[in-house]
Amino acid sequence: MPTSSDAAGLALHVEGLGKRYRIGRRLRYKALRDVLASAAGAPIRIARTLIGREAPPPPEQTIWALRNVSFGVGHGEVVGVIGRNGAGKSTLLKILSRITVPTEGRAEIRGRVGSLLEVGTGFHLELTGGENIFLNGAILGMRRTEIARKFDEIVAFAGVEQFIDSPVKHYSSGMYLRLAFSVAAHLDPEILLVDEVLAVGDVAFQRKCLDKMQDVGRKGRTVLFVSHNMPAIARLCERTILLDAGGVQEDGPSHRVVANYLSSDVGTTAAREWRDPASAPGNHTARLRAVRVRASDGTVTDAIDIRKPVGIEMEFDVCEPGWILSPNFDFYNEEGLLLFGTIDTDAHWRNRVREPGTYTATAWVPGNLLSEGTVIVDAELLTTHPAAQHFFERQAVAFHVVDSMEGDSARGDWGGSMPGAVRPLLRWSTRVAPLPDAAPASVGKSDAP
Amino acid sequence: MSSVTTAPEASPIPVPIPVIVIRPSSGWISLKLKEVWNYRELLYFLVWRDIKVRYKQTALGAAWAIIQPFFSMVIFSLFFGKLAKMPSDGIPYPIFAYTALVPWTFFANGLSQSSNSLVDSANLIRKVYFPRLTIPIANVLSGLVDFGLAFIVLIGLMLYYGVVPSARMVFLPAFLLLALVTALAVGLWLSVLNVEYRDVRYTLPFLTQFWMFATPIVYPSSLLKEPWRTVYGLNPMVGVVEGFRWALLGTKNSPGPMIAVSAVASVALLIGGAFYFRRMEKTFADVV
Repeated sequence: MPTSSDAAGLALHVEGLGKRYRIGRRLRYKALRDVLASAAGAPIRIARTLIGREAPPPPEQTIWALRNVSFGVGHGEVVGVIGRNGAGKSTLLKILSRITVPTEGRAEIRGRVGSLLEVGTGFHLELTGGENIFLNGAILGMRRTEIARKFDEIVAFAGVEQFIDSPVKHYSSGMYLRLAFSVAAHLDPEILLVDEVLAVGDVAFQRKCLDKMQDVGRKGRTVLFVSHNMPAIARLCERTILLDAGGVQEDGPSHRVVANYLSSDVGTTAAREWRDPASAPGNHTARLRAVRVRASDGTVTDAIDIRKPVGIEMEFDVCEPGWILSPNFDFYNEEGLLLFGTIDTDAHWRNRVREPGTYTATAWVPGNLLSEGTVIVDAELLTTHPAAQHFFERQAVAFHVVDSMEGDSARGDWGGSMPGAVRPLLRWSTRVAPLPDAAPASVGKSDAP
Repeated sequence: MSSVTTAPEASPIPVPIPVIVIRPSSGWISLKLKEVWNYRELLYFLVWRDIKVRYKQTALGAAWAIIQPFFSMVIFSLFFGKLAKMPSDGIPYPIFAYTALVPWTFFANGLSQSSNSLVDSANLIRKVYFPRLTIPIANVLSGLVDFGLAFIVLIGLMLYYGVVPSARMVFLPAFLLLALVTALAVGLWLSVLNVEYRDVRYTLPFLTQFWMFATPIVYPSSLLKEPWRTVYGLNPMVGVVEGFRWALLGTKNSPGPMIAVSAVASVALLIGGAFYFRRMEKTFADVV
């Protein structure tokens, strides 16, 4: 991790960067009519503006999307940027991508930059897949010869060989996204700025993209990766920067920053509730109301005794009758490793159509299964036939598994570090036999059936 | 072996590392034309896309490039030529009008395309960095294919009317360039205004129609006496249209001074437009 202030050794050096937006005035485009109307209605005010007597806009009309942000990224470092919505992540990336200009401060980038704020930028529905590869590649800053060289690889990665000469308007949305990501994944800059582009395609393809990204990091490329996907951040980045309210709140090893973020107020906690149905995850069939972590005694808590069961509860409204619904959860550890997933297999609801109402489904994870540390849970509601996803809330809740070291957990009496994705308390058994008198007999025994 | 893998700086780098410095824009703005040149491949692909999409999306495809000026010519010949007996410098009225309509159509389409270009490319502007100047430039350039098609019809008409072009024809590319520069110059101004004031889109048809009648398309500029004819050249399209007629049809009175005025006006508009564009460019992503 670079700590020296020597900018020359860094791929990216950001110093006191700030971006101010004027709200209401600049963010929305104007109609000439409005200007004329206000000119007609207030000639005196206009005259005052013209002679420079008009007061500057009141302070509440501006907002600092980013303020006093400083950090450095060394060559070959893969750094994650996290923070809740509105924390300034996208603004930071837009400034570094040179899409928008900062209001103050400066940034220095050493090397060829590729930025991916979106996949498929500039794709045209009327053009064929092949034509779009060239167009999109050029927009992302690739040379024509470079695209031509990688063309076959891009097509193969996306798996759209048979359709490459048909217009992308005939593609399924999955194919479209795979092709778009494939072009982006073959960008070969020294510094890559990525914004939340991994939320595309099916799970298997997401996996492939993550692997490709990891490849990028291993080749010695510098990557700045903005995401809400904590498991991905934790797995891809060694270091993470947490932004809050436009400033750097924490900058350090990913596992620590992610864990702090998840346990703080700004991150996800042991209970998440959506009071306003309009903003809740869901569709016209079902809507998520709350996700909670419950200890075995029923209390909502984010500290779980490693020996005790933990219940993950999903409360949702069914608004439309006639669906068979399967709630499910995915459990990740703080390194971003998917520990396991679980689907509601309760026989009562398994093949039963649900009437409208508020349902609360709870999955109980047995005690002595999870490892110590932070566990992050994604909540999802599915219908298998016909396949439909009603909502999928990433990092819905998080909790900490704690071992109180009383000697009856899987640790036994061991007090040191105990890595591992799970920590089941296994049944051990030991047989004892008296020491044999003859050595050859012992060898013969281990060879026996 | 470990010494090979330790220092990344030690690995030979074939090209010098580009350093980008990002900071608030200062008062002085350069046009950064070199950067536009560096992005010429993107420019090429944007032009290529515009052409490809236009001919793929429309049922009549390339025919539109001819239909628009040709039918205007038919209507003008009927109403202005036959009925109103408009003078045409001693040239058959249909070819008199069509010779003007070919560059005019190129200009009018280029102007409206480039004026709407930034708003229509909002998604690109919000997501990717590249010199924004390439967008209106590409929009004007893509009209050259339509121009070429309409020009082929013009050659046919000249053969039909037995008009033999003189050696002056070598100046034609210069007049085409003047039309291109004018379309781009006005397009730059309007595209920026369009980002700020969406009314521009609705003003455009009116503006082009008004401009067309302010340009000697249905009538000859020889209706004006000097020095007014030269002053008339302040409308750059006057120089373009009269230049086309002079080069192709051999009209008598040389439009020299008028064309000079047009060229100066057009270049002044272009330089002003380019600086205005660059000045406003940094706010596009926030506003568009």
